[in-house]
Amino acid sequence: MIRFARTALALLALAVAAPTHAALQDENADFTEKLEIGISTDEIAITSDFRGADLTIFGAVDGFDQGLLAQGRYNIIVSLEGPKDNATVRKKERVFGIWVNTRSMTFELVPESYSLSSTRDIETIAPPGEMGNMGIGVDHMRLVPLGFVGDGSNLGEFRNAFRRIRETSGVYERDPGGVQFISASLFKASVRLPANVPNGVHVVRAYLFRDGVFVAAKALPLRVVKTGLEQFITQAAHQQPLFYGLVAVLLAVITGWGASVIFRKE
Amino acid sequence: MTIYLPIAELSVNILIILGMGAAVGFLSGMFGVGGGFLITPLLIFYNIPPVVAVATGANQVVASSISGAITHFRRGTIDIKLGTVLLCGGLVGATVGVWLFSLLRRLGQLDLVISLLYVVLLGTVGGLMLWESIVAMRKAAKNEATTLRRPGQHNWVHGLPLKMRFKKSKIYLSVIPVAFLGFCIGILTSIMGVGGGFIMVPAMIYLLRIPTNVVVGTSLFQIVFVSAYTVIVQASTNYTVDIVLAFVLMIAGVIGAQYGVRVGQKLRGEQLRALLALLVLAVGIRLAIELVIPPKDIYSVVSAGLGF
Repeated sequence: MIRFARTALALLALAVAAPTHAALQDENADFTEKLEIGISTDEIAITSDFRGADLTIFGAVDGFDQGLLAQGRYNIIVSLEGPKDNATVRKKERVFGIWVNTRSMTFELVPESYSLSSTRDIETIAPPGEMGNMGIGVDHMRLVPLGFVGDGSNLGEFRNAFRRIRETSGVYERDPGGVQFISASLFKASVRLPANVPNGVHVVRAYLFRDGVFVAAKALPLRVVKTGLEQFITQAAHQQPLFYGLVAVLLAVITGWGASVIFRKE
Repeated sequence: MTIYLPIAELSVNILIILGMGAAVGFLSGMFGVGGGFLITPLLIFYNIPPVVAVATGANQVVASSISGAITHFRRGTIDIKLGTVLLCGGLVGATVGVWLFSLLRRLGQLDLVISLLYVVLLGTVGGLMLWESIVAMRKAAKNEATTLRRPGQHNWVHGLPLKMRFKKSKIYLSVIPVAFLGFCIGILTSIMGVGGGFIMVPAMIYLLRIPTNVVVGTSLFQIVFVSAYTVIVQASTNYTVDIVLAFVLMIAGVIGAQYGVRVGQKLRGEQLRALLALLVLAVGIRLAIELVIPPKDIYSVVSAGLGF
């Protein structure tokens, strides 16, 4: 149920975001360049033995300036953003000799996975201010705390901890050099799907920069669906919890009783 | 050989889980305990999220207690009336416990409370058992007769109102302490994933003065129903019962238990109790150390949808 609601929410967010995005951000009116991207599928089925994979995205830049392209002044960033959910960061402190979670901060609707690929290190593509405005990259991702955070002096500390933990666990990744031009206007980007990729609607976003200035962006939805027995069990646990619980008990009763019957015969 | 646990959301080595289940099953057969108080901490040591370990532990308890309960039922050593009063308290306790469980989880203090409860309970029960068995062993060495306190003596518990006659146990006792005992055990079942036999049996013998011949059967009767109820409530409110993990554990556990029973019959009672006491203390100390040493990372991230 939760997963379904989250998927629906993500779809809705995408539907709402797309038109405004197009009007405000998708194209910078000062430029004539157009960006197009495509992926071979809009749905990825993940089996239980999934150990992570690379997703290839193809794209084209139309109306580019030949001279600037030759000088390598066009840069592309492609991101794969997972479904969003609130995330709570907790900090432990020593209280009477034992380690206790004392302080926490909840960040509003942050992606559960985030994989970034670019023509070069994103910090060299555009000034940090621009990246910050657009929220591109793990370091510039918007981390808005939920509720009261006091004077906000520990905001930085919690944000850093959040980024660090998500990066070390492999759900947030970056690959400077993962986007390559394969011809004058065609490019290929590979983004990583982590082994523990969350279910739901992911969004592929591509951004085109010229000389450090944002030119155009495109977004495509990508649905990640887990398959197999494990997925069936997860779904049953969340959508038919009462039935699932009854089955778990029944299984225990049969196992416990069955064993005593078998061993008695011997 | 790895197996993916869909609810715990991690891959584990199936041989380790099988080994854990078999070892705990063996010990539970040997000592005649449910094993929930060993399986849950072991799962936590193996990095299974405590929320999953507790709910799954309760499921394992159902499997390990049911055959014992059936045996006692056939022999007629269950006081159904007494068991039902215990059970009523137990169901209320388990409901309150699951509510507390969800509350603590939201506050981010669940892991801490689970560990603390284990340290306190295992430390106390293990310490008392060790003391008692050492005293018994000394007396046995001196060839003195062990004098258990005589059941049937009256204490303050027998002065309480709302008395009821329990024919099978041949006692006339207030329902208040019985239901209260059930209630406390119910809370422990849902927060710690234990059956609670290791507390209930001594409490019934020493506090309520229930004849020993019905104590084990009646406590198993309550444990089976309360842990089954806890599994269902945990599954429907917290979604934390991992059926794959539970199944692997219970298969290994019930087989291990059969061999444990055979070994247990060859050992002497007080030696057996001393061994169990040492085991219980060791698990308690290991958990206590975990609470005191500085954690690898003082920060942790929890996603709202998963809640670990």
